[in-house]
Amino acid sequence: MGVALTRAAQWTGPARLKDTPANEALVRAVAAFVEQLGSRHPREAECVFQEPLRWRTALGASDFQTEYDISGPTVQSRERDEAGRPLLHLSPPDVSVLTFSQLSELLQVAENKKLEEVRACLEANRDPLVQILGPEIEQKDMPSELKSRLLALLQQLDSDLLRLSIEHVSPWVPSYSLKSEVELLWTFCGDENLLKSVKYTSDYVFPNGCRSPPWRQVHGDICHLLVQPYDIEVLHITCSISGVFLNMVITQEGAEESMYDRRGDLYEGLVSLLAATSPHFAKNVSRQVSLSRAQASCDSLENRSRSIISCRANGDESCSWQLVMLFVIRQKPWNPCLLSSPLLTLHFLFSSPFKDHITLFPYFSFVLYSGLCVSSKTTSDDFSESSSESEEDEELTERRTETNSDLPSEYWQIQKLVKYMKWGNQTATVIVLCALRDFNLAQETCQLAIRDAGGLEVLLNLLGTEEVKCMIGSLMILKEISRNSQNSKAIADLGGLQTMVDILDSPNKDLKCLAAETIANVAKFRKDRRSVRKHGGISRLVELLDCVPDPSPSTLQKQRDVEVARCGALALWSCSKSTKNKEAVRRAGAIPLLARLLKSPHENMLIPVVATLQECASEPSYRVAIQTEGMIEDLVKNLSRENQELQMHCASAIFKCAQDKRTRDLVQQYGGLEPLVSLLSHSENKQLLAASTGAIWKCSLSMENVAKFEEYNTLEILVKLLTNQPEEVLVNVAGALGEFARKPANRVTINNCGGIPPLVNLLTGTNQALLVNVTCALGACASESKCMGTIDSLDGVRLLWSLLKNPNPDVQASAAWAICPCIENAKDAGEMVRSFVGGLELIVNLLKSSHLEVLTSVCAAIGNIAKDKENLAIITDHRVVPMLAKLTHTNDDTLRRYLAGAVEHCCTWGTNCAMFGEEGAVAPLVRYLKSTDPAVHQATALALYQLSKDPNNCINMYENGVVKPLVDMMGSTDEVLQEAAARCVRNIRLLALANEKARYG
Amino acid sequence: MSAASRKAAESLAESLSKQVKHFSRTETRRLIHQFEGRCGQQPGRRAGSGLDRGQFRNMLHRTFGLTHDIIMDRVFSVFDRDNDGYIGVREWIAGLAVFLRGSLDEKIKFCFEVYDLNGDGAISREEMFHMLKWSLSRQPAEEDPEEGIKDLVEIVLKKMDHGHNSKVSYADFEKTVREENLLLEAFGTCLPNAKSIQAFEQQTFQDLPQL
Repeated sequence: MGVALTRAAQWTGPARLKDTPANEALVRAVAAFVEQLGSRHPREAECVFQEPLRWRTALGASDFQTEYDISGPTVQSRERDEAGRPLLHLSPPDVSVLTFSQLSELLQVAENKKLEEVRACLEANRDPLVQILGPEIEQKDMPSELKSRLLALLQQLDSDLLRLSIEHVSPWVPSYSLKSEVELLWTFCGDENLLKSVKYTSDYVFPNGCRSPPWRQVHGDICHLLVQPYDIEVLHITCSISGVFLNMVITQEGAEESMYDRRGDLYEGLVSLLAATSPHFAKNVSRQVSLSRAQASCDSLENRSRSIISCRANGDESCSWQLVMLFVIRQKPWNPCLLSSPLLTLHFLFSSPFKDHITLFPYFSFVLYSGLCVSSKTTSDDFSESSSESEEDEELTERRTETNSDLPSEYWQIQKLVKYMKWGNQTATVIVLCALRDFNLAQETCQLAIRDAGGLEVLLNLLGTEEVKCMIGSLMILKEISRNSQNSKAIADLGGLQTMVDILDSPNKDLKCLAAETIANVAKFRKDRRSVRKHGGISRLVELLDCVPDPSPSTLQKQRDVEVARCGALALWSCSKSTKNKEAVRRAGAIPLLARLLKSPHENMLIPVVATLQECASEPSYRVAIQTEGMIEDLVKNLSRENQELQMHCASAIFKCAQDKRTRDLVQQYGGLEPLVSLLSHSENKQLLAASTGAIWKCSLSMENVAKFEEYNTLEILVKLLTNQPEEVLVNVAGALGEFARKPANRVTINNCGGIPPLVNLLTGTNQALLVNVTCALGACASESKCMGTIDSLDGVRLLWSLLKNPNPDVQASAAWAICPCIENAKDAGEMVRSFVGGLELIVNLLKSSHLEVLTSVCAAIGNIAKDKENLAIITDHRVVPMLAKLTHTNDDTLRRYLAGAVEHCCTWGTNCAMFGEEGAVAPLVRYLKSTDPAVHQATALALYQLSKDPNNCINMYENGVVKPLVDMMGSTDEVLQEAAARCVRNIRLLALANEKARYG
Repeated sequence: MSAASRKAAESLAESLSKQVKHFSRTETRRLIHQFEGRCGQQPGRRAGSGLDRGQFRNMLHRTFGLTHDIIMDRVFSVFDRDNDGYIGVREWIAGLAVFLRGSLDEKIKFCFEVYDLNGDGAISREEMFHMLKWSLSRQPAEEDPEEGIKDLVEIVLKKMDHGHNSKVSYADFEKTVREENLLLEAFGTCLPNAKSIQAFEQQTFQDLPQL
């Protein structure tokens, strides 16, 4: 009451309370307190005040009843204190009161004017605590036990009032930006040019983000800081909603209040205040801050790391360490797992541009070390289930910094309620459950309070009782608090999933719904999803789906059924993130049920249903089922709905399914291509964009679909999406462009819309899926000479070539494939290839790869390279002939085809032809003629013709029975094959003739 | 059963099933039959006056699993519309209609009447305290047992007292329960649970031989 009244209440003048909502709430609370004190604490209410409370009242003698001595206008109570004073004395307009019970009586008399009375009383008695309890309250030694109990009650009121008044202050405080600014200052500490130290005056953070005491929050203060610069005294700084300012210096004892008053100007930020106050700081800070600011403003990881590098490049050794630290700190709000997961950190550090700067490595190791310290607490179990799980799974960190003494009052209230829940019977428990629901359960403090008090155990125990009301109440709370991952983990660890799975069998539909929703929240972790399956939850959840979606459910009963199905779908969505669960869901017969629910008109139903399908579509069995159960039509239909989340899941499902030709055709047949393209306009929703570009990519695997897409100008839109997009989107866009570019006309379009430069730019990235798609697209474009010109001018071939060094065989192969058309179409291709230092050696050495696709593509590229004689000479020096010869034993027709091509072209240099024979390449090549692939026949015949120029090879071929198949092939309709076969036979025949001639002369 | 009394029962069932909306005529007949059976069990009592307080409480406890003394007394009083100390057949069937198949509205009204111990149209703090007195059973010895109950009362008041007059009027109660169905039986169980309803209906409407 004391603190609240002097500090929280807003006064105008010495004795008027302002008419504000905060003050009104305060007066109301005081009135309620006084009224309740009489009935709840009768003994304390009789405690006589040290000094009477006096004020001018609007009441008159006529308002009082017979229990009072009324003589004329004056009224006296019959009760008197030890000194004989009446406990209430009214001589209008003045009244004086000596106990709370009299005060409470008086308020009852005042009826609807009681608030005015309380207000008048508060205004007239500015320090009521001293009047009630006497001045000795200052000295802690209380005269009587009664008084100390009263004091305790009043103090409780005081803190209630303070909380009340904070609620009336803006609930939202822009504390976040301030916090990051303080973090920035922390990174300056210890630097001789900048600051000695920066400290908060209080470590406790209120739930609204403020650190100031409540009575200062009322004035808009957020926190107070003590900053020690190098050149001047400690600065006391207040950060408030309106800005940052310096405080008065405390000059005398007891002037505590003036400590917070403003001295000097109001600044918009801490740095500007410090710069204005400390000349030393001002001198040195400008450089630091501009660097950090530039860096802080860049949101993407990439940009931020670049700015660090650029500062390194400028030789600014001193700030690099700070920037690395700052970088990691800055990372925290976005990515709390960074520090907690050393693997991620490693990955991030070494994939970033940092990696080339050896001098920064000591700092990395520090970051890693601190990361390891945090993460050593969280051990991750290893499970056999592989699936589409994200990193989110492992993001469990203990985030509890508050100490118990500083917890807000809700925490203690919840603790008390949980205690009652433990002791209470069914009736008390239901009351407590309802009261608990009134707390903001989304708030972490409340969630933790329940957990700390052992509430989770009690709530889960309730689920095992027969009392439906208790179960419902308990699940309602569990559903809310299980959104917190620590709580959901704790619930799972206590065996809650099994209990909730059992509840799914209950005939009560409310219970089923709540249990399913809670399972949806709890089953976020692999082992929990597994435990749902192990306890038979999957089949029960699938049973919930059994309902016929009705566009307008006529009865309450039907609405309930729909709700049950919706909750079931929500839970399945969570569960279906594990591979084995997907299989279990299918076996439980979910697919036809999901297909039926997919006809529902309600978005809140469709989202979990489509999301589950989308999640499961990673399995081939689902993809088949989605097609055969006719779900494509519904998925396409829902693409055109307004809800972006739904659109995203639909597009994602199509993305995963459209690998299949029939599915692609169905998407087109149901008119799905146009809505997919129109989704591309939501460029701000990256998940949606990734899903829709993915669907377009997969649909464009069919040339008919490509033609359809062209009608909607898809190519132009896609090209625009090649810049400033996240990698998930880029991968799909590049993939789609690769498919589109199979049509020559589209290659020209891509070139004309400026698609080549961004594609070439992407070649410098690190994402391997992206690199594969980009190289494919560029390779397809390179077949067009105009595009080739653009690629060449951007030095794209060199970049493609450097990708041959990529450790990923898929990237190597697709780069080699892309190189082929480049060599075919580039002007001066031979010269260009030679200009890549070490390039030819690199590609020849790839023939040692064990990856079939790499070998095939490299053979194709070598075939092209060897068309240039000088290059052929170089690769011959790099021993290309024995390497190719070694590969000839393959059984793969595609490799055979390109290998034969490479052999053909390599024969034309020096002794290569004979060398192939020596290396044993002839006999295997002859066997290629038995292949069933006509393309292999052609390439082999051409190779054999070249080889037949060497007499030893001819003999070898003849001995391996080459003549018969070649003669057959001379009758082929393929003219190239005809000719090559004939020429080869001719060479063999000529040799035979010459031989005879020599022998018989 | 004689032809005359059968006919009387028939016409009683006819008229009652029209007054009480939740039961069909056949069901009403069965209920009447069963009621007569219950009353007849007590020797030396004149049939027609109905169940007395003891019998009724016994039945509430055995059949419907109610346990709370004060509440059971109140349920008796609410059933006993004419306040004669006996539950007649009409009172019995009208009461059961709410008990077994009442709508939310009817149940709210019923529960409120039960909880309004003195029938003054509002549940006061004292009444709540009285009803919740034994709700915190396993309290450790060192705590003041009354403190917890007082606290519970304050919690309920905070939730229900929309009129801010330290008691819960019917309007307050109705509003609260509509917002939060769980609070229908906030001051003690006074309605049977789903299981015992099912058992009772089974026993009454299906297991008996055809009349």
